Amino acid sequence: MAAEVMLMNEIEAKVANLGIDMNIDFNSIQLPRGEDCGIISDDEDVYHEDQLEYDSGFGNVIVVDNLPVVPREKFEKLEGVIRKIYSQIGVIKEDGLWMPVDSETKKTLGYCFIEYNTPKEAVLAKEKTNGYKLDRSHIFAVNMFDDFDKYMRVPDEWAPPEIKPYTPGENLQKWLTDEKARDQFVIRAGTDTEVLWNDARQSKTELVYRRAYWTESFVQWSPLGTYLATVHRQGAAVWGGASTFNRLMRYAHPQVKLIDFSPGEKFLVTYSSQEPSNPCDENRVVINIFDVRTGKVMRDFNGSADEFAIGGAGGGAGVSWPIFRWGGGKEDKYFAKLGKNMISVYETETFSLIDKKSLKVENVVDFSWSPTDPILALFVPELGGGNQPARVSLVQIPSKVELRQKNLFSVSDCKMYWQSNGEYLAVKADRYTKTKKSTYTGFELFRIKERDIPIEVLELDNKNDKIIAFAWEPKGHRFAVIHGDNPRPDISFYSMKSSHNLGRVSKLTTLKGKQANALFWSPGGRFIVLAGLKGLNGQLEFFNVDELETMSTGEHFMATDIEWDPTGRYVATSVTSVHEMENGFNIWSFHGKLLYRILKDHFFQFLWRPRPPSFLSPEEEEAIARNLKRYSKKYDAEDQDVSMLLSEQDREKRRMLKEEWERWVSEWRRAAEEEKMERQRLRDGEASDEEEEYEAKEVEVEEILDVSEEILFEE
Amino acid sequence: MRPILMKGHERPLTFLKYNRDGDLLFSCAKDHTPTVWFADNGERLGTYRGHNGAVWCCDVSRDSVRLITGSADQTVKLWNVKTGAQLYTFNFGSPARSVDFSVGDKLAVITTDPFMELTSAIHVKRIARDPTEQTEESVLVIKGPQGRINRAVWGPLNRTIISAGEDAVIRIWDSETGKLLMESDKDSGHKKTITSLSKSADGSHFLTGSLDKSAQLWDARTLTRIKTYVTERPVNAVAMSPLLDHVVLGGGQDASAVTTTDHRAGKFEAKFYDKILQEEIGGVKGHFGPLNALAFNPDGKSFSSGGEDGYVRLHHFDPDYFNIKI
Repeated sequence: MAAEVMLMNEIEAKVANLGIDMNIDFNSIQLPRGEDCGIISDDEDVYHEDQLEYDSGFGNVIVVDNLPVVPREKFEKLEGVIRKIYSQIGVIKEDGLWMPVDSETKKTLGYCFIEYNTPKEAVLAKEKTNGYKLDRSHIFAVNMFDDFDKYMRVPDEWAPPEIKPYTPGENLQKWLTDEKARDQFVIRAGTDTEVLWNDARQSKTELVYRRAYWTESFVQWSPLGTYLATVHRQGAAVWGGASTFNRLMRYAHPQVKLIDFSPGEKFLVTYSSQEPSNPCDENRVVINIFDVRTGKVMRDFNGSADEFAIGGAGGGAGVSWPIFRWGGGKEDKYFAKLGKNMISVYETETFSLIDKKSLKVENVVDFSWSPTDPILALFVPELGGGNQPARVSLVQIPSKVELRQKNLFSVSDCKMYWQSNGEYLAVKADRYTKTKKSTYTGFELFRIKERDIPIEVLELDNKNDKIIAFAWEPKGHRFAVIHGDNPRPDISFYSMKSSHNLGRVSKLTTLKGKQANALFWSPGGRFIVLAGLKGLNGQLEFFNVDELETMSTGEHFMATDIEWDPTGRYVATSVTSVHEMENGFNIWSFHGKLLYRILKDHFFQFLWRPRPPSFLSPEEEEAIARNLKRYSKKYDAEDQDVSMLLSEQDREKRRMLKEEWERWVSEWRRAAEEEKMERQRLRDGEASDEEEEYEAKEVEVEEILDVSEEILFEE
Repeated sequence: MRPILMKGHERPLTFLKYNRDGDLLFSCAKDHTPTVWFADNGERLGTYRGHNGAVWCCDVSRDSVRLITGSADQTVKLWNVKTGAQLYTFNFGSPARSVDFSVGDKLAVITTDPFMELTSAIHVKRIARDPTEQTEESVLVIKGPQGRINRAVWGPLNRTIISAGEDAVIRIWDSETGKLLMESDKDSGHKKTITSLSKSADGSHFLTGSLDKSAQLWDARTLTRIKTYVTERPVNAVAMSPLLDHVVLGGGQDASAVTTTDHRAGKFEAKFYDKILQEEIGGVKGHFGPLNALAFNPDGKSFSSGGEDGYVRLHHFDPDYFNIKI
C-alpha cells in the first residue's frame, strides 16, 4: 500500500513537472493483455502464483507416453502415425514433435513430446487422446508437460500437515452492532473506493475505510453484507473485518469478468470469457464456483459461450448473467442453469446434477426460483403457430414434481415476478390481439402458499396500456404497476387481498399522469419512491401506500440510480459517470426530505451494505411496532441531544469563522492605514482613498453655445 | 429582480469592468469592439473601434479618462474614454490576455500568451499622462512560467504583481526587480487552470476562480489562503461585493461540452456565497451559456454578468437582497 502511494506521488510530481493535466480515469485504461507496464499489482502474491502456473511457457506442450519402442528403421513410420493422430486435433508447430532415441540402442524410448501452437490445442489433445488405444498393449498416457513439473515438486515423503492453533476470527458482523444503528455503504469515485457510515442525524458521512485502486472493475457486497468483493485481473477477493477491511480470501480466476454470490453467501460464482484469437474458434467461457470461506473451487464449468447463452432475457446472443441462478432460499441448496430443452439443477452437497440428469423441458426459454422455497417457475413459449400453447409451470425441487401449470394462448412474451417471501408469483403475459398486429398485457397471479395454488387473472382497466414497470411490495401483499403510453403514465396499486375477500385481488388506487418510469419499494414495504429516471431528469415522489398519499416530491437532477438502505429509513439517489456532470449522491429520509448531498467526480457506484434478515419472528416485530412509543422515547431523547449538539456546533463554528474573519479585516485595516501616505503619494497627493467621502460641490459651468449679433430697431 | 438585458456584442463576452464612480460599465467580447454602457439603465454609450481580434480584458483609470484594452490581435490600446479616440497602441508578438492599471494609473501590467516560440510574459509599461509622450518600452518584463497567464494584477502599493493562470499556481512577483517572491502551494491551492482573479476594493485580498470547480480567497500580502468556495461547475468568473460579505461565482459547463437536453444541465448561474461562512446563498439564472465575466458596481447595489451567449445582464438588487440572513 505504501509503495503504491509513493508511486502515485511520483507520477503526480512527474506529471506536474511536465505540466500535463492529470485528469486520467485510471479505470478506463486497458493495458494490453499480459502486459502490466511494470506496474506492480496490489495482489502481488496471487500474481506470482499465477506466473508459475500459466507462464512457464510450456503450456502448449504435451507428453505422450506408452508408445511402442521401435528400432531405427521403424522410427519414421511411428512418427508418421503419431503426427497423423495429433495433427487432426490441432496445428503441431514446426519441429514440434520430438521423439527421443536411446543413444546406445538407437531405439525409441517409448514417449514423445508434441508442441502445439496454443495451450488450448494441447489441452484438447490431452483430453481426446489420453487412453487412446494404438493397439492392445499400447494405450496412450498423455499429460501436460507442465504437470510433470507440478508432480515433481511433490515431496517424496509424506509430512503430516502442520496443525495451526485455532485463532478466533474477527467478528465479521461487527458493523451491525453500531451504537447509533447506522448503516454503511460503499462508493467508488475516480480511483478511490470508500466505505462510509451514513450518519444521517448529523447529515454527513463518516469514513470507515478508503483505498485507492481497490478493485479493477467494480465492487459488490455479499447478499448478507458480510463481505465486500473486489475484482482483479487475477481473480476476485473478499474483504471484511470488525473495524476495518482486511482481505479474507482470494479466488484465483484469471481475467474474471463477472461475479455472483449465492443468496446465503456460502458460494461465489466467477465468470470469464475469452475472445477467440482465431475468428473461426468459439468464445470460451470459464465459470468457477468457490466456497467463500475456504476459497476452494467446488466445481468448474467451461465450454463455448453458446452453451451458456441459451434463453435468458435476450433469448439469443450473449450470456445472461447470472448464468447459475440460486434457489431454495438462504440455504444455498440448489443452483440451476438454463440449457437447450432442459434446465440443469445442481445441488450443493455434491455439486452434481440432481438425479444425475437435467430436467427436460422442450423449448424452455426462461425460469426463475422462488426466493424462499425450492420451487422453479419456468416458461415455455408458444409452438407450432399456436397449436401448442405457451405455458408456465411450477416445479418442486428436488422431486421435480410439477405443482401447477397454466397454459397461455397467443402469448408473445412473458416475465415472472416473485414476491420476496415467495408467497405470490406474478406472470406478466403480453398477448397478441386478434389481428396479431399489436399486443396487450395481462397478469396471472399465483398464490403459492395456498392450497392447490389458485391462479387469478388480472387485466388493467385499460388493457391496451403498456406496462412500464412492475414491483411487489417486499414481504407484503401489494404491488405497483406503471402503465400507459403517453409520457405521463399512470401508476396503479393493487392488493392481493380485498376488504371482504382475502383471496381476491383488488385495486387500491390509480395515480394519473405521473412523471415516473421506475418503482422503488422500501425494504420494509409501505413506502415507495416513484422515480422518473433517465429521460425524466430524476423526478422523485415519495408515496405512502398505507395512506395512499404523497408524502413529498423532490428532484435529483439527472439521477441514474436509486437504492433504499436495508432498513428502509433512507434513500440514496445517485448520478453515476454515465453523465459527465452532476456526479455524486443525495441521501433522503424515507419521507422525502433531502438530508445531505455529496458531489464526486467520476462517480461509479453506490451500494448500501446489506443486512442479514432479522432474528425476530413476525409476531415479535409486531409487538415492537405496537409498543413503539415506549421504545422510541429513548431514541427521541437521543435525537434531540444530537440536534442540540449540532446547532451548538454550528453556532460555535460560525462564531469561529466570524472571529477569524474579523482578525483578517482588522489586519487589513491596519495595513491600509499604514500605507495611506504612500498610496497618496502614488496618486499624486489625491487624498480620497477607499474610505473617502464624497464632497458635493456645486459648480456652475457656463458654456457659450453660439454668438450672433442682431440689430434691433429702436422706435 | 428584473435584469436589464444588454445586447450589443455579437460574440461571447470576455470581461466586464465598472469605472470607480460606478456610472459606466465597460464590456469586452470576442467581437473586436469594447463597449461602454450606462451602468444605471444599460443604455449603450459608445464603442471603441480599432482592435482586430477578440478583446480579452480592459481597465479604466481612476479618473475615468483612460481606457486600456488587451486583445488577441497582439496589441494593447489606450483610449480616450470620452471620445473613443485611440491614443496609443502597444505591439506584442503574441495575444494580450490581461491588463491592469496600477494605483495612481502611472503603470500598467500586461500579460501576453505563449505563442509560437514565445513563452508567456508579464510586461510593465509606464503610462504617460500626455499620450503624445507615450513610449513603447517596458519598465519590466517577466518571462512567464509554463502555460498561459490568465490574469495579473497589482499588489498593495504597486510593490508586487500577482499572477495566476493555466498552471493553477498563484505567484507574487516583485514589481521592481521581477523576482518571484511567493508561490501558492500546489497541494492546498487550485487543482486546475485559474480562469479569473478579482481584487477586493481595498486591494487587501483577492478571489480566484478555477476550472477545478472552486474559488479561493487569498491574502494579497502573505498569499495565505483564507477561504474556499466549492461549486458544481467550472468557475470562469468571480466577483466580490464591495458592500456585503458576499462573493459571486460564475461559470458553467464548457461551451463545447454543453448538453442539448436541458439548459439546467449546464448550471449557467451566478452563484452567491457568504464570504465568511462559505455557504451558498442563492443563484441568479438567465444566461443561455456559461458565464465568462462578472463585475460588481462599486456601490454594491448592482452587478452585471456577461455570458458566452453574447449578452450582458445588468441586475439591480431588490431590497430583500440586503437583508439576507443565513
